Amino acid sequence: MLYALLCYHDEDVVCTWSKDQDAAVMAKLAIVQEKLTKQGRLGPVARLLPTTAATTLRKDDPPLVVDGPYAETKEQLLGFYLVDCANLDEALAVARELGEANPGGSYEIRPVGTFRPGGVLA
Amino acid sequence: MTDAAWIDAALTSARPQAVGALLRYFRDLDTAEEAFQNACLRALKSWPQNGPPRDPAAWLIMVGRNAAIDDVRRVRREQPLPDDEAISDLDDAESALADRLDGSHYRDDILRLLFICCHKELPATQQIALALRVVSGLTVKQIARAFLVSEAAMEQRITRAKARVAQAEVPFETPGAVERSERLVAVAAMIYLIYNEGYSAGGETAELRKPLSDEAIRLARLLLRLFPGEPEIMGLTALLLLQHARTAARFDAEGALILLEDQDRALWNQPMIAEGLALIDKAMRHRRSGPYQIQAAIAALHSRAARPEDTDWTQIDLLYGALEVVQPSPVVTLNRAVAVSKVRGAQAALDLIAPLEGRLANYFYFFGVRGALLMQLGRNDEARTAFDRAIALAHSSAEAAHIRMQLDRLMRDSATAQARASQ
Repeated sequence: MLYALLCYHDEDVVCTWSKDQDAAVMAKLAIVQEKLTKQGRLGPVARLLPTTAATTLRKDDPPLVVDGPYAETKEQLLGFYLVDCANLDEALAVARELGEANPGGSYEIRPVGTFRPGGVLA
Repeated sequence: MTDAAWIDAALTSARPQAVGALLRYFRDLDTAEEAFQNACLRALKSWPQNGPPRDPAAWLIMVGRNAAIDDVRRVRREQPLPDDEAISDLDDAESALADRLDGSHYRDDILRLLFICCHKELPATQQIALALRVVSGLTVKQIARAFLVSEAAMEQRITRAKARVAQAEVPFETPGAVERSERLVAVAAMIYLIYNEGYSAGGETAELRKPLSDEAIRLARLLLRLFPGEPEIMGLTALLLLQHARTAARFDAEGALILLEDQDRALWNQPMIAEGLALIDKAMRHRRSGPYQIQAAIAALHSRAARPEDTDWTQIDLLYGALEVVQPSPVVTLNRAVAVSKVRGAQAALDLIAPLEGRLANYFYFFGVRGALLMQLGRNDEARTAFDRAIALAHSSAEAAHIRMQLDRLMRDSATAQARASQ
């Protein structure tokens, strides 16, 4: 069974870490990640940019694009895609296409800050 | 990270919301600030043992309110008091209060707090000082150091600003749409000023002033979270991030300024650039352009160029042209001249800035640019005169040192030319 670990934290706090504080946390995380990579248990790792960089596509008919993060508490995070896109317009186009296949709910489009491919997963 | 560092970060991030709410309650800046300080002291005692509360801001507002009410009670015993049960039973009250801290209150409280600091009757220096003290919670000592003035002088500046705000009629009801957008413009300008205070410092003062730039970015992100759909606030945040990303490359070991084209681009902060580019990308979709967005778009073009020669100067020239329309100023034209020199040559740029001399007669950068353009055209004597004037007008030793370097280059080149001519 694969498990997705979704990271939550107070953005205000994380965004005000100094460069050194941030680097220290990342270095400690890297040790754990490396161990998992060696064991062949680690898949992709991504660090998202702040929610202020987010755009949301609500899969209404017609789809509605709104700024800011997705914050509808009656729905839950059920999965995620990582897609390589040149810009936001391209990312929105992909989201629209996915939305046609799977209507209802929303996609929050958050640019990725750091991406580590990690080990091989079955 | 240690306990203390976590708590410190949590207190800093809760500050605008908590002070904003306390200000709405007490309607007095000093009382609100003092109440927040008291609450922070209690947090430092209680959080390490009990862990941080579910909603730190709500906790601080409640504790701050109770502390201040206790003070009032001590001073004026004859006043009728709220029911003891209602104010002292923190555990129950906290969750109820957290529920009441709905989006609209939160937004208006913080906006009011920011707006009070950039009250239109206050001079810019007092606006910035007040915002850094009240919203950001920097100590008077820190602010005084950053502005290179004595602590006593800064204390006085802040006290004067507070007195002025207290005299002025501060509206406490929810602002209407028009007023809200006016506030937003004023607040955005203040954040930009705070950033520039930090950014324009060079050499020995750069380290001291860096916190100002960090603080401005924090405030811009806060504002963007309050107004996620405002393209100009996206533009402002993007602009600050894109400029800030170059911090590590802007000065050499001696503290001298390094020009954009000479900077080691490997030192640019890529995550910050990524965030800035994502934001400007998002802003552009609104098709509601404004000065911050245009400036951010220019900064983005520089950030996208892996090498200086990859810079899209044609596009930058066009963007400066757009900026001249929405925000005409001789300084914008001067900046455009740099792009024009790359696209159409030094003479075209020189013609563009010729009419500006009267208005920029005391502007360091004007003579620096003119000197550089004249140098490119081989008019070395005129270039030297322009550089001399620039040095006389320099605000910091880094600026002066940078022009001196250009002068040295000029001398060296003309010495080589003379040597060649005499051979």
